[in-house]
Amino acid sequence: MSIRRDRYEIRFSGEGGQGVILGGAILAEAAILHEGRFAVQSPQYGSRVRGGPTKVDVIISDLPILFPRATKIDFFLALAQMSYNKYANGLADDAVLLIDANLVPNVNENGRYVHRLPIVEIAKVELGNEVLSSSVALGAVIALTGIVRPDAAWKAIEARVPAKVKELNRKAFERGLKAGESLKG
Amino acid sequence: MSGNAVIAEAAIAAGCRFYAGYPITPSSEIAAVMAEELPKVGGVFIQMEDEIASMGAIIGASLGGMKALTATSGPGFSLKQENLGFACMAEVPCVVVNVMRGGPSTGLPTLPAQGDVMQARWGTHGDHPIIALYPADLTEMYWQTVRAFNLAEKYRTPVILLSDELLGHMSERVEIPDASELTIIDRRKPDVAPDQYLPYDVKTELVPPMANFFEGYRYHVTGLTHDETGFPTEDPDLAEAQLRRLMLKVSANADDIMEWEEDGLADAEVAIFAYGAAARSARAAIAELRAAGIKVGLFRPITIWPFPEAALVKAVSHAKALFVVEMNMGQMIREVERGIRDVPIVGIHKVSGQPIDPEEIVLTVREFLEGKVTLPQKAVYQMSV
Repeated sequence: MSIRRDRYEIRFSGEGGQGVILGGAILAEAAILHEGRFAVQSPQYGSRVRGGPTKVDVIISDLPILFPRATKIDFFLALAQMSYNKYANGLADDAVLLIDANLVPNVNENGRYVHRLPIVEIAKVELGNEVLSSSVALGAVIALTGIVRPDAAWKAIEARVPAKVKELNRKAFERGLKAGESLKG
Repeated sequence: MSGNAVIAEAAIAAGCRFYAGYPITPSSEIAAVMAEELPKVGGVFIQMEDEIASMGAIIGASLGGMKALTATSGPGFSLKQENLGFACMAEVPCVVVNVMRGGPSTGLPTLPAQGDVMQARWGTHGDHPIIALYPADLTEMYWQTVRAFNLAEKYRTPVILLSDELLGHMSERVEIPDASELTIIDRRKPDVAPDQYLPYDVKTELVPPMANFFEGYRYHVTGLTHDETGFPTEDPDLAEAQLRRLMLKVSANADDIMEWEEDGLADAEVAIFAYGAAARSARAAIAELRAAGIKVGLFRPITIWPFPEAALVKAVSHAKALFVVEMNMGQMIREVERGIRDVPIVGIHKVSGQPIDPEEIVLTVREFLEGKVTLPQKAVYQMSV
């Protein structure tokens, strides 16, 4: 897959509490701090912090970024149906989507590539904690897009998560990477 | 690093050692970082019972000699106005951050707007001097936060640092300067004996030196019109002289206080006036229009108050039109119209809680150049996107 180097737009969406905004911050930090590129992370959420639809736009570029919100999304992640419904707009014609296979049943593919992965189930059942969802998702996003190097992303995750859950997050991130690789086929 | 975190870090670098506040979205992260970081440098963080008390607390801290900060958003900014006026009148340096969200009232708590730019100027009653700064990117946010403290100390007056939800919550690459690169200004202290100190002297200079409490000087502090010693007076000559001096502190030093950016205006046929988050939209639109061969330039006030009117007039006088882009129903456009006589002004305004899409500006400029926008017009409502 060829990546737009001048402006690659990613949107993560989900429910408040799933960690998508933090996931976006980690991705931007990986690009800025560990790859020396430009990135912005711009979240949006409502007054209802937990349970309401949230999204975060991450734009990564070789050049300074003027407008900090996505206008033509290259990659869209949805971990909840309501956030898909609300925020799956402004997608590029060739946008790639990654959706939670269980939680986002209704997707309008419209000729676009839609990857399905039971992200929250992997975190909850396989790894034992739903809060690992965003690390699983990050791994899958990075495998699918190659937007930052996995080691850069891991350094950024490591800097953000508490020491006692570092190992769990590493497992989750690697599980996501593996799943993303196999989705690519 | 988010815009709010940048403000907190820069405030500490500027020498701020006191924060009092009451959490309010979208400014709360400033308080969160200050609560974490201030104790590490020997500073004091207090979560107060409300917004009014927070403003009172920073005035007290500043009188005691500390550089003090509070941060809020629209509803809290309204509550702070009474004490903000007190700080102007009693000449107490302090910095008030307003991370703007949609209004009026509690409005859109988590979404950006620029509806408080006039409140920053005239929110508190009576003629009063005010300085308000409004950066547009996070490296500039750092520098302007430091500058806000410097101007407060230098001119012995409150400084308002404006931001908005978009800048406050977004993160981007920030070049944090080394401490040695920063100029830090501290208030000038009196060099006379305590019994000869006149904290509000009208005769010798515009900004009288400021004695900190508990350093041997004592004086009276009041919101009432006061004489040179600080005690209330109704003497007409003194009342007039004090208020004129108060206003002159800012107006006579406007050249030192005003900063703005001019980008690509020299050969521009179309000029755009924008500030804060809206300037991000304007910059992206300008890049797109220039790539298409249309000559567009940006005038961006960084100091909103005092308003850099003469610089604006000079920079855009040759343009075919001036577009004013704001996330409000048309506030600074009035200020622009006061100065610009011969250039048609078109407003692009949005109050939906969403930032202005650069494409919306591009379309409006193109429509104007194609003759589809009828001029002259009072643009405020017509061109809302």
